[in-house]
Amino acid sequence: HIIWICDLKTCRPNNADLVLPSRAPRKHVLPFIEGMNGVPHRGKVLTVDNMNPNVKRVEYAVRGPIVQRAVQIEKELKEGVKKPFTEVIKANIGDAHAMGQKPITFLRQVLALCSYPELLNDNKFPEDAKNRAQRILQACGGHSIGAYSASQGIECIRQDVSRYIEKRDGGIPSNPDNIFLSAGASDAITTMLKLQVSGEGRNRTGVMIPIPQYPLYSAALADLGGIQINYYLDEDRCWALDVTELRRAVTAARQHCNPRVLCIINPGNPTGQVQSRQCIEDVIRFAKEEHLFLMADEVYQDNVYAEGCKFHSFKKVLFEMGPEYSSTVEMASFHSTSKCYMGECGFRGGYMEVINLDPEVKAQLIKLVSVRLCPPVTGQALLDLVVNPPQPDEPSYTTFIKERTAVLAALAEKARLTEEVFNTVPGIRCNPVQGAMYTFPCITLPQKAISQAKEKGLAPDMFYCMKLLEEMGICLVPGSGFGQREGTHHFRMTILPPTEKLKIMLDKIREFHQKFTQEFS
Amino acid sequence: MSLLRGINPNLRNIRNSELAPLGMRAWQIKDELRQGARKPYKELIDVSSADPHRAGVKPLSFVRQVLAVCYYPQLAKSDKLPADVRQRAQRLLGTCAGGSAGSYCPAGGIPEIIDIVCEFISRRDDGVPSYPENIFITSGAQRAFVEILNILVNTLRSPITGVLTPCPSYPPGNMAVVMLGGAVVPYYLDEEQGWELKIDELHRALESAKGVCDPTVLYVINPGNPTGHVQSRKSIEEVIRFASEKRLFLMVDEVYQDSVFEQESRFVSYKKVLAEMGPPLSHTVEMASFHSVSKGFIGECGLRGGYVELVNVDPSVMRNLYTLMSRDASTTTGQLALDLMINPPQPGDPSYPLYNEETQYIRATWVQNVKRVLEVLNSLPGISCQPVKGGGYALPRLHLPPGAIQKAKEVGMLPDYFYCSRLLEETELCVGAGSENGQRESTYHIRLCITTSVDTMEEVLRRLTSFHIQFMKDFS
Repeated sequence: HIIWICDLKTCRPNNADLVLPSRAPRKHVLPFIEGMNGVPHRGKVLTVDNMNPNVKRVEYAVRGPIVQRAVQIEKELKEGVKKPFTEVIKANIGDAHAMGQKPITFLRQVLALCSYPELLNDNKFPEDAKNRAQRILQACGGHSIGAYSASQGIECIRQDVSRYIEKRDGGIPSNPDNIFLSAGASDAITTMLKLQVSGEGRNRTGVMIPIPQYPLYSAALADLGGIQINYYLDEDRCWALDVTELRRAVTAARQHCNPRVLCIINPGNPTGQVQSRQCIEDVIRFAKEEHLFLMADEVYQDNVYAEGCKFHSFKKVLFEMGPEYSSTVEMASFHSTSKCYMGECGFRGGYMEVINLDPEVKAQLIKLVSVRLCPPVTGQALLDLVVNPPQPDEPSYTTFIKERTAVLAALAEKARLTEEVFNTVPGIRCNPVQGAMYTFPCITLPQKAISQAKEKGLAPDMFYCMKLLEEMGICLVPGSGFGQREGTHHFRMTILPPTEKLKIMLDKIREFHQKFTQEFS
Repeated sequence: MSLLRGINPNLRNIRNSELAPLGMRAWQIKDELRQGARKPYKELIDVSSADPHRAGVKPLSFVRQVLAVCYYPQLAKSDKLPADVRQRAQRLLGTCAGGSAGSYCPAGGIPEIIDIVCEFISRRDDGVPSYPENIFITSGAQRAFVEILNILVNTLRSPITGVLTPCPSYPPGNMAVVMLGGAVVPYYLDEEQGWELKIDELHRALESAKGVCDPTVLYVINPGNPTGHVQSRKSIEEVIRFASEKRLFLMVDEVYQDSVFEQESRFVSYKKVLAEMGPPLSHTVEMASFHSVSKGFIGECGLRGGYVELVNVDPSVMRNLYTLMSRDASTTTGQLALDLMINPPQPGDPSYPLYNEETQYIRATWVQNVKRVLEVLNSLPGISCQPVKGGGYALPRLHLPPGAIQKAKEVGMLPDYFYCSRLLEETELCVGAGSENGQRESTYHIRLCITTSVDTMEEVLRRLTSFHIQFMKDFS
């Protein structure tokens, strides 16, 4: 059965895919009621009809139905079911360690020391690791990472983050009071959106997001009942951000909502584009003209590979544009320990820096973050190490640099390889992967395939990806999960598997694409 | 002038608790002391929140050793750590993608750990089964609590969703209701009866909501926070019947289930009682119960680990909840800590003797602290304390002289804040004010964490006693 929910406010069809079961069949009943599967719908206090209606609109493709099917297939393989492949390659989620990337030694040594301080007596740990651990523990309640921290985050770590930002941005000052540590960048992004979504009817907050986007944004907006305003990145110009497109989007949106926020992801996810400095200036100017709050998601700031591309932080550019902008434009920028060379997604470390926030609003923000008590202290500790890494005169420096360089070099090579291979396949067109960890190639699908997909109630690229999963054991996320121009199809693949596995995966996708094209010609 | 003038209006309704002047002043005093300021006492003691490690309790060795090995698996190569520590770390890393504690957890939680949670719940509840698809592991119970409330609170309906909440309560719980646009409907716990939950009072509270909001949720905390009350089975049955009768979704915070001090007041879970009440209640009452690694012997508030178990929830709602939960991963550390909490060393394991010694010691300090608090405070004029059967706090009542109440009004403070503020300034002892948790009109309380070291508690009682006697003299 097809459920097409057309979001009237953005006129973008959302594909709520109910064909696949979300989880294995379940019993909700205590055991001595044999065979009963719970009372009928009308008897329940909490039903889909009376629950928070926003919740129904929430989707998150990165862990959506295709991933659930992949997990099911993995189970089947474990149980000995015969398939055309022996393992499922999960290239759906930006999880570096899951794909075999090794953690950075220094980071893990300090975390172990923080966790079990008796190890400070162990001479196998270098002095700089011990110093970092002791400093972090001093700042924790009862000298334990198990104590609650202040809800804005441990103060000395916020100070370290400020110093890091200052260093990164050529000395532009950063105030620790403007730093909010968070459980990954996602936590901070959701918090800022929660803060800003308000108003009724035509006055409801509109939030501009790139298409394609990282679906956390659309999910958060659906949950909050905020209005999603799509602006399209230009695929033909390597996913460039065009201010005329921003202007088109915001002007159209003013008819039915109150646009107040502009979200940028730089480097881009899923597109990998790295914005030029000129582009960033243009965006800042646009935000000022249109009275928009800027949210700059910069979690991939260390993942820049392409020649001629450089990461420019929004804050740095803002301040270099002079006081007319730097004292008026309101902004939040986000960073995390999940990506770059660290890949420590599971620790949930991150921060946001807020700029030019009204003090009254900041007070409300402080209140809001206290509802979730505090960010995970291990994540805060990890973040501290990321912003305060080994220095050239410290014992761990050599190994640290070696490991970091190796990770980033491998990613750069895989980015290049991916673009190269995909562009040899007729029907697949791949923009250069300038940064981040993904490729988002455009796939040409035969009309017959598109029709069959529609019959099954699936987005055509979901249909494609499901078949790829079933036949080749490769799990990608269909472009429809990220948004794309009407009539185009894509998939997002991570470039994280180890090089050898990546090569195999690219060959298999090439093979599959040719087969698919033939099958549906 | 600011773009953000029109922010989410619900936020203005959240009462500040952490930003309360007391908390900030305590931080300030700590700084002043660090910089060498001269004060009556050399050290600030903060017992306003139930944070065992902050209050001087040591983390459990087994837990921290396993975590250290999980973070830095090299440690497994040496023999310095006990064999069961190394084995457990190995097993836990085996449940993590890529064998790393740094990878994302699967949506809903690591399946192997969810299975352990099911076994734990079943064991705890004398065999009542628990199903993996009904469990979500989250970064602390609070995260799960907010997400479930998110589903329950429907702001597009009129009247708005009401949540019956205990008074006194756990402030972040109430804040979450307000943040999501729901209405808090307080039901008063009966102080004279040791903070018992009376069904008549639930009825009254429900009545009071007529025309104001649509009560859909009944929020219960057992063992009570901050009251220290442990519900009897009979009381739990009454509440379940009430929830069923009045068609309320039960949200049961059971994070203090391991912190019960008296043999007579044993913790029994809502789920167990529900199951044993049999049909139709056992397969119709809808419920979410929460647990966490923040309390109990493990006391790891900062690691952010917890879970929620759903019972009798509509399958379509469960699917939506699953999507909600999948958006933002919980920490791997929290999941590992959860395993270590509910699956501790057993007799015969190399780590068992130390684990047993440490947990018994912690339990002994709780019992000792509670005994001393009740002894000391109940012997002072103007202050009295109900028995503390469990939980993390004592919530003594202040019987303030009219002079003190008058003075508080003059300086624009709530009377219990006034008392706490003077206490902080004069003795560098920070306790919580009962106003933060809610209390009956014209009653005043202070809140102190009893999960501290024995020495800390003695010092707390010393400072509090000398201050209190003087305070009562000054204002009589």
